[in-house]
Amino acid sequence: MEKESKEMKPIWYFVGLMLSAMGAVVLIAGVANYLSPPARQTVLSQLHPELWWGSVMIAAGLLFFFMNRHSKTE
Amino acid sequence: MTGNTFKYGMYVAHFYWIGAIPAMLFLGLYMMPFYYSSRIKSVPGYLKLRFDEKTRVLNGIAFAGMTLLVSGINLYAMALVLHTFLGWDWNISMWISAATVAAYVTLSGLMSAIFTEIIQFFLIWFGLFLVSILGIVEIGSIHDIFHRVDELYKTVSYTTLWSTSGDPSLNGMLITWGGIVLGLGFVLSFGYWTTDFLVVQRAFSAKDLRTARMTPILASFFKMAVPFIVILTGLIAIVLANDPKSGFSLLKDGGQINYDSALPLLIARYYPAGLVGLGVTALLAGFMAGQAGNISAFNTVWTYDIYHAVLNRKASDAHLLWMGRAATIVGILLSVGTAYWAKSFPSIMDYMQAIFSWVNAPLFATMLLGMFVWWITPNGAFWGLLTGMGSSFTMFLAVKFSWIDPRLLTLSNVQSDMAANFWRAWWAWLICFVFTILISLFTKKRPQEELVGLVKGLTPEAGADGILWYRKPETIAIVSVIVLIILNIYFW
Repeated sequence: MEKESKEMKPIWYFVGLMLSAMGAVVLIAGVANYLSPPARQTVLSQLHPELWWGSVMIAAGLLFFFMNRHSKTE
Repeated sequence: MTGNTFKYGMYVAHFYWIGAIPAMLFLGLYMMPFYYSSRIKSVPGYLKLRFDEKTRVLNGIAFAGMTLLVSGINLYAMALVLHTFLGWDWNISMWISAATVAAYVTLSGLMSAIFTEIIQFFLIWFGLFLVSILGIVEIGSIHDIFHRVDELYKTVSYTTLWSTSGDPSLNGMLITWGGIVLGLGFVLSFGYWTTDFLVVQRAFSAKDLRTARMTPILASFFKMAVPFIVILTGLIAIVLANDPKSGFSLLKDGGQINYDSALPLLIARYYPAGLVGLGVTALLAGFMAGQAGNISAFNTVWTYDIYHAVLNRKASDAHLLWMGRAATIVGILLSVGTAYWAKSFPSIMDYMQAIFSWVNAPLFATMLLGMFVWWITPNGAFWGLLTGMGSSFTMFLAVKFSWIDPRLLTLSNVQSDMAANFWRAWWAWLICFVFTILISLFTKKRPQEELVGLVKGLTPEAGADGILWYRKPETIAIVSVIVLIILNIYFW
């Protein structure tokens, strides 16, 4: 899909970086909410969705990142 | 679309299945090789080469108007997100959204638009799919969601796809299968996927023909999965809004229910701090991509197909570049106006399909005839397109102001805004198709040798030999069709 100047990282590498970074932010916010629960609780907050969804995002992000770490596209 | 599901029920899934997949596969299998090996660079540009300058300018003007209206929808949607989550005033939300997009578009080009689109795709999935998961957990299971929606709507089905399409009074969209297949599945969907400026432009950024063909075919699988976010969250919103214990209700603007607030309100319900940021980013990303794409298309069409073609033929490249930037700013200012208009509609998808039925539906007839039939003449195309667009807009006004009985268009005793859109698109397409052929029979034809590269059949196409059978676009397309059929039967 991409036709860039030579020797460029593929888009999937950046997708991996973005997902890992955002997953980390979600996970950190989740840990903070777990340690000191906020005054206003959301529905199903007892399941701590930030903790496991943040982990899923980090896992997916790292997968994209490592699979495309060495590849280059034209 | 979540808001649309709240209003119409499961029938909204047709937008992603029959209303997208056949057209995407057709684009990949038949249109991409033609676009790739022809001289086509844009739709108005094609109309000029295939027909003449006046057809190009007519389409350019209609297209510029359409992009401004659609960009207003995206702007309004961005403002809605800011209004819901941050509690900002409507006017401030609108202007801040407009300023953000102005900065983003003036700094970016087509390639960055494609890059951000891919990143936004992942952002949207990771940002919004969790709403579906948490909704299912709260209500119990997918089966429970369907069951509770069925209990709420006993006479009209909100959870079926086709089994209630024989009688329009039995389904939430109040439409028959004929309107879905002809209006949405054929005219609106093929019109969008085969003539859309952005879709066609993407074909030229592919590295080879196989990649260009595979892109829409692979994308069809992701498209088919989208209802698992939008339809499911819409049904979840129906269940919660009708459960007094849930404390969930949609926004109301001056007594009118704002259906589009369903998804933002679900995010606010389920997402704690941290995830809210992700959900809001996902929503804004989607609307911003749409807005940026439309504004870029507007400045290109205005600068090259209207300003350079009609108003100032001798303009230098530097002047055109300046004009393109000016068009971006003016386009965004005009979108703020159309955004306020979009806000006055109960659901933005109704409004968007109405716009497509005025411009894309007749254009699809012109493009189809132009690409496949060599003896269609420039005058036939121009007057056919003008009649098609004029009749579509007249039908819209005639129903809105009760000049005619809407039953004449939808062929049934009950109808919704969306049913009217689908049928209007079909009639506009048919009128354009018939007029173009009739006028072409009596006007001067262009010689065949002038049309090489412009009409399929007269254009040699690049072949793609030497690919293993299971990697061929045709094989993948068959798999896509099979998945489509299974989904439709499962949710029949």
